[in-house]
Amino acid sequence: MIAIVNYGVGNLFSLESSLKAIGHDIIITSEPDDLRSADRIILPGVGAFGDAAEKLFTSGLVQSLIDEARKGKPLLGICLGMQLLFTKSYEFGEYDGLNLIPGTVCAIKNVIPPSLKIPQMGWNSLNFTNKSEIYSRTQENSYVYFVHSYSAFCDEKYITATTDYGAALTASVQNGNVYGVQYHPEKSGNTGLDILRSFCEV
Amino acid sequence: MITKRIIPCLDVKDGRVVKGVNFRWLSDVSSPVELAKFYSDNGADELVFYDITASSEGRKIFTDILRQTARNVFIPLTVGGGISALSDFERVLSCGADKVSVNTGAIRNPSLIPEAAKLYGSQCVVISADVMRVGGEFHVFARGGRDDTGIEAVGWIKSCVDNGAGEVVLNSIDTDGVKRGFDIEMLKAVCECVNVPVIASGGAGSIDDFITLFREVPKVDAGLAASIFHFGEVSITDLKKRMFDENIPVRL
Repeated sequence: MIAIVNYGVGNLFSLESSLKAIGHDIIITSEPDDLRSADRIILPGVGAFGDAAEKLFTSGLVQSLIDEARKGKPLLGICLGMQLLFTKSYEFGEYDGLNLIPGTVCAIKNVIPPSLKIPQMGWNSLNFTNKSEIYSRTQENSYVYFVHSYSAFCDEKYITATTDYGAALTASVQNGNVYGVQYHPEKSGNTGLDILRSFCEV
Repeated sequence: MITKRIIPCLDVKDGRVVKGVNFRWLSDVSSPVELAKFYSDNGADELVFYDITASSEGRKIFTDILRQTARNVFIPLTVGGGISALSDFERVLSCGADKVSVNTGAIRNPSLIPEAAKLYGSQCVVISADVMRVGGEFHVFARGGRDDTGIEAVGWIKSCVDNGAGEVVLNSIDTDGVKRGFDIEMLKAVCECVNVPVIASGGAGSIDDFITLFREVPKVDAGLAASIFHFGEVSITDLKKRMFDENIPVRL
């Protein structure tokens, strides 16, 4: 059973559909008990960091999320859910994240040429930097779908793939059993489904 | 490198794709669910579903079709047609749409775009503008291109973006259906004044038209078309191979 954390942020329809399509039982939940009994946890999210962090920290789910991650349960953050895994974000202020991966979330406008559009919206390719089990079925340079204006900045050892948008932006990260993807695997066609399949086997 | 997107548009009425579809290899050529799956498996980067029904019954069928499609197709889905209130955003987003495009609704209700952007994020709000030349000016048209609003288009599109629209679909009424190429002049004018993705619509008749589009308007992000894909006049696979050969960034 895979628990999708429901803390009132974003549309879970596609994520639910994609996991069902690859044959997994899922539960969309706001209950700490469900996080404890699940085999794996997915933390989704779209929107602004501060708003999402506030909803997550007031949801009563943070302690069990951190406990389960520390116990070694596979956890995958998607898009804003990935950004929430980090220590801090500087999106419209300064906000604390879950600190499961040391690092910060900052605007991509500070690192990309001004001629490029913000958000990065569309299909871009993956450049592998460190090995990760979530790419066991995926070839380098495969395309995935991105929508983001902020990006994670952290020690290179946590970065498993980057994507080239005028600069090498963090596409995915891993710290032991804690995984994060900036792109939307549930919107990235067969490549995305393969990445979800692989996460469901780690 | 981020790629240029190729987007088929499906006009849906009473649960069926209209504008004609001519694929021998599909068992039900006018099923939006089957056609969406076919395009997704054959290289489409995104899909636009346009609801052209007017009745509430038709709207319910459309929403059911959308839900079925989104359960089976895992690429971005944009939904337009009849979006006039926040409740329409909620209705289609809860059925699996990723982006919602507003047209006449944004003209009639100027607060729709800022309110939707605040609630759902700019990434999910698309301004779709039907634009035609009137006396040397670009004008925005309402009601599927029937009514001239008299509003100057480029400034209006820019104000929609400033108010929170995260993407622009520019449909040139002048070139729509003519199949002699996209409206390069109009697209350049809009691309120069906004810094969000712009999708070109109206006029594609051949693979060459897409190549010309991406060469002449480097800032344009995507090309959208309907009947040339549905009739098999242009195959997305062939189009993308040609883009690759021409060094246009493309997802193969």
